[in-house]
Amino acid sequence: MKYLDEYRDSRIARGLAGEIRQRSTRPWVLMEICGGQTHTLMRYGIDELLGDSVQLVHGPGCPVCVTPLETIDRAIALARRADVTLVSYGDMLRVPGSETDLFHVKAEGGDVRIVYSPSDAVHLARSLPNRKIVFFAVGFETTAPAHAMAVLHAERFGIKNFSLLASHVLVPPAIRTLLSSPNNRVQGFIAPGHVCTIVGMHEYEELVNDFHVPIVVGGFEPVDLLEAIRMLVIQLEEGRADVENQYVRSVQYEGNRPAQEAVAKVFEIADRKWRGIGPIPVSGLRLREKYAAFDAERVFELADVRAEEPAECISAEVLLGHKKPTDCTAFGTRCTPDKPLGAPMVSSEGACAAYYQYRRHLVSIARG
Amino acid sequence: MPPTTNTAATSSPSPVAKDEPKDLAAFSCPLPLPVGERILLGHGSGGKLSAELLKDIFLPALGNPVLNRLEDQAIVSLDAARLAMTTDSFVVKPLFFRGGDIGSLAIHGTINDLAMGGADPLWLSAAFILEEGLPIETLRRVVTSMHEAAAKAGVPIVTGDTKVVEKGSADSLFINTTGIGRVRDGISLSASQARPGDAILVSGFLGDHGIAILAEREGLQFETQVTSDSAALHTLVASLLQATQEVRCLRDPTRGGLSSTLNEIASSSQVGMELDETSIPVREEVRGACEMLGLDPLYVANEGKLVAIVAPSAAQAALEALRGHPLGKNAATIGRVTEDHARMVVMRTPFGTTRIVDMLAGDQLPRIC
Repeated sequence: MKYLDEYRDSRIARGLAGEIRQRSTRPWVLMEICGGQTHTLMRYGIDELLGDSVQLVHGPGCPVCVTPLETIDRAIALARRADVTLVSYGDMLRVPGSETDLFHVKAEGGDVRIVYSPSDAVHLARSLPNRKIVFFAVGFETTAPAHAMAVLHAERFGIKNFSLLASHVLVPPAIRTLLSSPNNRVQGFIAPGHVCTIVGMHEYEELVNDFHVPIVVGGFEPVDLLEAIRMLVIQLEEGRADVENQYVRSVQYEGNRPAQEAVAKVFEIADRKWRGIGPIPVSGLRLREKYAAFDAERVFELADVRAEEPAECISAEVLLGHKKPTDCTAFGTRCTPDKPLGAPMVSSEGACAAYYQYRRHLVSIARG
Repeated sequence: MPPTTNTAATSSPSPVAKDEPKDLAAFSCPLPLPVGERILLGHGSGGKLSAELLKDIFLPALGNPVLNRLEDQAIVSLDAARLAMTTDSFVVKPLFFRGGDIGSLAIHGTINDLAMGGADPLWLSAAFILEEGLPIETLRRVVTSMHEAAAKAGVPIVTGDTKVVEKGSADSLFINTTGIGRVRDGISLSASQARPGDAILVSGFLGDHGIAILAEREGLQFETQVTSDSAALHTLVASLLQATQEVRCLRDPTRGGLSSTLNEIASSSQVGMELDETSIPVREEVRGACEMLGLDPLYVANEGKLVAIVAPSAAQAALEALRGHPLGKNAATIGRVTEDHARMVVMRTPFGTTRIVDMLAGDQLPRIC
């Protein structure tokens, strides 16, 4: 496959790994933000390839994982309503709320449907005028433009039976929280390439200036990630802290202006709770007052739901890079993808699930 | 851990919550979920949930020495003959797709389940559940296709049944086929017979059927359209078994794909497996479609492929026999059975690193990003 196979070339990958091992004078602690990047690192065994030259810790960038339990419960409550068709990306269906998940609601007779694109949900609203179509709009800056466009289309075509249950989160405030933590040990970041494709690199410069930490915008294939790691190690060894762009084939400095405009038109920045971490100021998006008619939380006047995570789950420490999934006493025993105790075991892109799915043959699970 | 009581009390009223036992121990944490109160689509995916149904529901009620073997077919003795018997229901949507339809699939699927037991298929039955309002022309097309597939395979349909249900009680047309065959002399195939050192072979490109169905169902347009691999494999099996009798196990990796099949064999035989990622045959267009959809071809269904576990000494002869048949010309040796990491399938990546190839927990789901 053109534009993919080049970035999975084992010769190039081994070369980069060799260079990283050679350049690195101590085990630098690096964090990739995006769950897609975590997935690639685990799938290709990049950690195995790098040995002790760097220590990879995994960030909070899995949108499925960080969607608050309360929001999942709201989606479930909506899906149980006889007049509502809840439309979602596929991987949200398996995520447990505090009582059940959307798959079970579907089995109970709830109208829950999977789509690949939010515009499919708008089409559905047009074709089912007697149903209330709610799209479960989850994600980072990456999915926000498509969700904004869906609202703008619904507005333009006068579609009244479409709304979003929106739970967007923003990456830079999460990195800021992480770097402000007294326990922080992350020394360099791989920023998420697709988020930066939308928002550009400006906000990451602010982080570099405030915290003197190198950030490299990285892609999602193994060679991308190894190249990004190499760029970080070079910066660290030289004592530099800059924003650099490894993912040049997708990311431009200013990002995607029309996408940014669509998001700014429909959404405003708000405080947001992250599952496993807690509330982070100005780290989310909510629909503007002007688009209240498309905001499921306002349209359906959803009750204020509160839910608690199991005490044994150390997801906050995993998502903040303080601990590895395998440091958890429940990993692979009381907590598995079938029966997750917490957020990072839920989606295949969560750090714990990625370890479980791809790497557990290298870990002795003797505890528990 | 202190009990938390955040479940039923704080969320919206639910009929399910009311019926749950007031056992605080069960609520010591809000997860895991109370399992199994309803059938989920994932129970039909051929993965872990399907296995749970077998273990918790079917085997406790229906188990007997033949059924408990959990092969794709039952092998029973009648006088001097060893007979293979199997049954399968077909609920595919859409009914017609590139490379086949529900009719031909119902013939191929059952023939293949017999063939994987080393049996020559002899007779088939066909039972139909039709939804009120189904166009007769649709049924005619399906039945014509069944006739053609059965005639081509040389296996007659010797009995059948038809039921009609009210509109809404079935999705246009379901088919069940049952097959009976005779097991070849000297052949005994089982998922429990894999031994360390054995070679793992597949008969061709993986994932074609699942991607063809998905493309049709979702209306996805790719530059190159993928065609289902639906085919009857009994002649391919005959060629293989003629070349060598050192075959331990044959399986067709249908639902759940190659990964589920290999995990089942590894688990039945209490062995590990090591695959070589670069040797696994996947078409370029299937890889591309999987990339776009966020799927892994190892979990995608096949309807005209087999996996063979073969003794090391016979591996080369088996590969040549498969490649010498039109349905096996892209066959490949993809790995070997190991003593290490029992019941786990491990993949060696092109980078020289390793990762697990796990069984699917439920249906494979398209990801957000």
